[in-house]
Amino acid sequence: MDDQIPRTVPIQSATFTNPINAEIRRAAATGIYDIRGGGAKRKVPHFDDLLFLGASVSRYPLEGYRERCDTSVTLGTRFAKNPIHLDIPITIAGMSFGALSGPAKEALGRGASMAGTSTTTGDGGMTPEERGHSSKLVYQYLPSRYGMNPNDLRKADAIEVVVGQGAKPGGGGMLLGQKISDRVAEMRTLPKGIDQRSACRHPDWTGPDDLEIKILELREITNWQVPIYVKVGATRPYYDTALAVKAGADVVVMDGMQGGTAATQDVFIEHVGIPTLACIRPAVQALQDLGVHREVQLVISGGIRTGADVAKAMALGADAVSIGTAAMIAIGDNDPKWEAEYQKLGSTTGAYDDWHEGQDPAGITTQDPKLAARLDPVDAGRRLRNYLKVMTLEAQTIARACGHNHLHNLEPEDLCALTMEAAAMAKVPLAGTDWYPGKGGGY
Amino acid sequence: MQTYDLEANGLSGLNSTLQSQNTETNQTSWEVVNPKGSHAIAVGLDAPIEVTVKGSTGYYCAGMNQQATIRVEGSVGPGVAENMMSGEVIVDGDASQYAGATGHGGLLVIKGNASSRCGISMKGIDIVVHGNIGHMSAFMAQAGNLVVCGDAGDALGDSLYEARLFVRGTVQSLGADCVEKEMRPEHLEVLKDLLDRAGCDAKPEEFRRYGSARQLYNFDVDNTAAY
Ligand SMILES: Cc1cc2nc3c(=O)[nH]c(=O)nc-3n(C[C@H](O)[C@H](O)[C@H](O)COP(=O)(O)O)c2cc1C
Repeated sequence: MDDQIPRTVPIQSATFTNPINAEIRRAAATGIYDIRGGGAKRKVPHFDDLLFLGASVSRYPLEGYRERCDTSVTLGTRFAKNPIHLDIPITIAGMSFGALSGPAKEALGRGASMAGTSTTTGDGGMTPEERGHSSKLVYQYLPSRYGMNPNDLRKADAIEVVVGQGAKPGGGGMLLGQKISDRVAEMRTLPKGIDQRSACRHPDWTGPDDLEIKILELREITNWQVPIYVKVGATRPYYDTALAVKAGADVVVMDGMQGGTAATQDVFIEHVGIPTLACIRPAVQALQDLGVHREVQLVISGGIRTGADVAKAMALGADAVSIGTAAMIAIGDNDPKWEAEYQKLGSTTGAYDDWHEGQDPAGITTQDPKLAARLDPVDAGRRLRNYLKVMTLEAQTIARACGHNHLHNLEPEDLCALTMEAAAMAKVPLAGTDWYPGKGGGY
Repeated sequence: MQTYDLEANGLSGLNSTLQSQNTETNQTSWEVVNPKGSHAIAVGLDAPIEVTVKGSTGYYCAGMNQQATIRVEGSVGPGVAENMMSGEVIVDGDASQYAGATGHGGLLVIKGNASSRCGISMKGIDIVVHGNIGHMSAFMAQAGNLVVCGDAGDALGDSLYEARLFVRGTVQSLGADCVEKEMRPEHLEVLKDLLDRAGCDAKPEEFRRYGSARQLYNFDVDNTAAY
């Protein structure tokens, strides 16, 4: 009798999903929030939601391989005596020695230099290997000031004042004890093996008026030679860009919520900040309103993976982009060849993000000499160079198809959007229409 | 003695001139007149020269100093001697916030009082304040010595690492993970030397020593109230 009654099938909750429940159990067992590396993993409107229109009757394309499409960019033309000239508009973002191994930093320097672009130091100071292998090196000036040294400051080709990061706008750094090796501890003036929390605010200034004076000091110390960038996590892009310009920045670096981090609370990564796609138009608008678009350059980062992403960011008004996660993958992070080891660590290829634990099978996010030795910096540098070249070729392919002889000539009119959200954020029409939400309104 | 009129000749001229002095320079003695509260005076120096600023300054006076001895005959704005590496900075008057912030080395002497966040994130600098200091001083201080001949404000040494704090007067309150520690002979010796070098006649025995309880060095769920 009973088996004739239709039964309800088990239904998983869309609210209490298995991953959420697992996290509740993990939190209950340990009493500590989840810390991990990488950027937001949730799906947010992104460059994939935009398409290029390409040439048509009203616009003619350029011949691939025959007609030039330039890719160079100059950063820091506003005040610096020596702006940075890059062959390609894709730079390597700041990732600290400490978070990354010495050979990984060397590989980034080698790859970037071969591709004609810059790399960036991070929380923890400048290493000689990194300076030696990077033809153009940007020195980060961070709240922690670990390893901050005027001699290194003067060795830099540009200075990046870090106000925030897309993965954790308003948050400080974190490097757990496992990764505080002797060398890292010495560079940071900290005891070995402790959990190192770095400050979320600069110790000697708060707010845009102070920042202006801080930038003046940095310029005086470096004799107005090198560009000064201001890096912010994307939250209020219009106002942050305007205030950075007011404070005297040469370059604004805007990092969206998909941007990677070495180690941050998951709750921070997934719930604070706005998508990269959403921050570009307001930032560009601020530059235009102040009459400094292209004079103060805009560098966009957070989830840049392909030449199409590069071209889309530039079409929306960025002067260049910056990559972190993608560069790590290019040199070997999350490579399937380490699958057995990822499994042992309770993860799998593509999902491995316990970078703070220092056990990275790929030898990139570790200070363990044995693991770090797995990465050959020469070979990894070559792979990064290849990847940067491919992205550039892809971006050029698109630009030529849209009829442009320089990546900088890409424009919003080359784009349309696949979704309402992307149309609203990028302020480009929904495909097949001439409309986007909010058209005619202000920010 | 070389004299530089800041008002007449501008900031960049001053800094580039002082920065271009090297160890062999025979122009070892400089006087800056008409500072009028300007920011970033005598920043980024790297030679054993003596600079006297005849008046008060704005932000970041003597920032990132190496080797030079810089004396301010007046008071200083925020961030005096920030990130100093070596050398000596002496302030005859008072100092605003963040005095000696993130300094890695050298000696900073403040003859008057220092405001809040004195010695924040200090990484090896020695700071001697003849008067009082404000709240949140030595926040996240990593290394070096902070000597206060007067009183200290609230939350002294919050989230302290390995810096040593010496206070002669009262401490309004200690910050998270900062505790009073035993004054051992080696500390009295360090203190005596610093007081001598700072021209202060206080007696080392009159001070109490504070340092890190090291309870927050590695995360512990039972400490969450302190985070
Ligand atoms: C391993 C790692 C370490 C990082 N370290 C820093 C850092 O020290 N300072 C900083 O400003 N940003 C840091 N970031 C953020 C990057 O500079 C950049 O904003 C971000 O990676 C860009 O997004 P993407 O990873 O999607 O390319 C780090 C990112 C990663 C992945």
